[in-house]
Amino acid sequence: MDLSQALQMVSRTDAGMVRSHNEDAVYINPARGLAILADGMGGYNAGEVASGMATTLLGSELEKAFQKTEPQRLDAAGKLNAHTVLEAEIARANTAIYQAAQSQPQYAGMGTTLVMAVYYDNMMSVAHIGDSRLYRLRGDDFQVITRDHSLLQEQIDSGMITVEEARRSQNKNLVTRALGVDPVVEPEIRDYDTMPGDIYLFCSDGLNDMVEDEEIALTLQALSANLDLAATQLVQTANDSGGRDNISVILVRIAREYPAARGWWARFLQWFR
Amino acid sequence: MAAKLILSMDGLVLKEIPLSKERTTIGRKPHNDIQIDNLAISGEHAVIVTILNDSFLEDLNSTNGTYVNGQPIKKHFLQNSDVIELGKYKLKYINETPSQTTAADFEKTMVLRPDLMKKTAEQAAAKAASPTDTHVGMKAIDTHAGMAPPPQPAPAPAAPAPAAGAAIQILTGSNAGKELELTKNLTTLGKPGVQVAVITRRPHGYFITHVEGANYPVVNGTALDAHPRELKDHDVIELAGVKMEFFLKS
Repeated sequence: MDLSQALQMVSRTDAGMVRSHNEDAVYINPARGLAILADGMGGYNAGEVASGMATTLLGSELEKAFQKTEPQRLDAAGKLNAHTVLEAEIARANTAIYQAAQSQPQYAGMGTTLVMAVYYDNMMSVAHIGDSRLYRLRGDDFQVITRDHSLLQEQIDSGMITVEEARRSQNKNLVTRALGVDPVVEPEIRDYDTMPGDIYLFCSDGLNDMVEDEEIALTLQALSANLDLAATQLVQTANDSGGRDNISVILVRIAREYPAARGWWARFLQWFR
Repeated sequence: MAAKLILSMDGLVLKEIPLSKERTTIGRKPHNDIQIDNLAISGEHAVIVTILNDSFLEDLNSTNGTYVNGQPIKKHFLQNSDVIELGKYKLKYINETPSQTTAADFEKTMVLRPDLMKKTAEQAAAKAASPTDTHVGMKAIDTHAGMAPPPQPAPAPAAPAPAAGAAIQILTGSNAGKELELTKNLTTLGKPGVQVAVITRRPHGYFITHVEGANYPVVNGTALDAHPRELKDHDVIELAGVKMEFFLKS
C-alpha cells in the first residue's frame, strides 16, 4: 500500500553553529510510512557512523519486511506484525552497531539514540531509545509523545526536580538507553491513532534543548500550510538561539485517512500471497 | 572539575570544600562533613545531594533555617554562585566548569551505563562521571523519590530577539490604519487557504517569507521568490490585495 498521498513528510538535518560534524541521521519514506531519526554519540566521527548505520539499516530492512507482510497483520498469538518486525530489526541494528564498535577501535563506545514510527491503518507504531523525541500537534494541543530515556527524565518522574529546573541542569547529556552500546537493547514501542490534520515532529535534542516547546508549537501552527518552511524555520530558530548541538527534524502531516484494505476481496487476495 | 563550596564568615574565607560525595552534610555536630561549631547552627542543619553535575540543597528542619541568596529554602536546586547562609556563615556554591570552557565537548550526549563507563573509563573520567559516581547518582534518585520539588522561578528563555521592535501598519482595505506589533518570533499575515506570508524575527533583523497560496507577496513592487527577504524600515508589502508598511520602532 502506497501511503504517499496520505502522509506528507519532510526532513532536515544540520550541524548547528558549534559542532564541526553532524552526528545526526534521518530517513523518511512516505510511500511506506516510515520516519526514522537517530542522534549518534561517541568517539571521533563514530557517532555519525552509528546514527548512519541505524537509519540506513532500519530504513531498508523495514521497507522489505513490511512489503512482505503488512504491519497491521496479526500473528497466531495476536501480536501486531509491526511490533514483531520493529523488535527484530531494532535488535539486528543494535547488534550490527555493537559489533562494529567492538571490532573497530576507532568506533569503540559509539551508539545512537533512535526515534521512529511506522504509519499504517490510520495509526502509527512508535519506537524510541534515548532522548530524541516525537511530538504531536493536534489542533491547539502540542505535546511530547515519547518519554526520554535520560537521567533528567528519571529525576523529573521521581519528583526530584521540575521540568523548569531540568532546563538548567548540568546533566542534560546523559541518556540511560542507547542503540549499539550493549549486546541487547530494549526499545520502547507504543501505538497511537492518527487523525487527519495531525502534525508529528521527530527531533534530536539539538532542537528541544535550544527552543522552548511553546516556540516549536507556534512555528508548527503558523507554518502548518508549508511543511518545508516549518522544518527550515525550526532548524533556523535553534541556530539563532545558539545551535550548540546538531539539529534534526522530521515533520509528518496526516493529509487524509489511510485505512488498511479490509474488504473480503482484499482478504481473499492476501490469502494467495 | 567537581562543584565546590567556599565557606566564609564576615567576608573571611575559611575553607574550600569539594562536593565529591553523594551526600554532604552540614551541621554543628562533629559527624557532619562540614562541621560549623556555632550555636546558631543545628546539630544536623542541612544536606547537599550531588548527582553527577547537579547539586541539591535541603534544610533538615533546622532551628534557624537555611537561606539561599537571602531567601529561606526547604529544598533548592543549586546554581553556580548561589550563596547559602546559615547563621553568620556563608557558603558560596561554585559549579562553573561545564557551561564555560569546554561547553561543546561537554554537551555531547553520553550513555549513563556503568559497564560502558568502565570500557571507556578514560573518556568518561575526562568528561563527566566515573562508574562509582553513576551508582551513587542512581541511588540518590531512589532515596529522594517522592520529595516535593522546590519552587523555582522559570529560567529566562534564550530566545533570539533583535535590538529594536517593529510593527506593520495596514495601508489599504477595511483595516486601513491599524497597527500590528511584531512581538512574536513568528507573525503570519494574510488569509489561510488563499495567501499567507510569515514575518520572522531573528537576531539580525526581520524577514518575510511566502508560506502558501499561488501568489507571492510583493515588497516595494517586487514579488518574492521562495526565499526569505529581509525587511527594511518603511518597506511596503502587498499581500492578498492589501498594502501594508513595515517599520522599525525606536
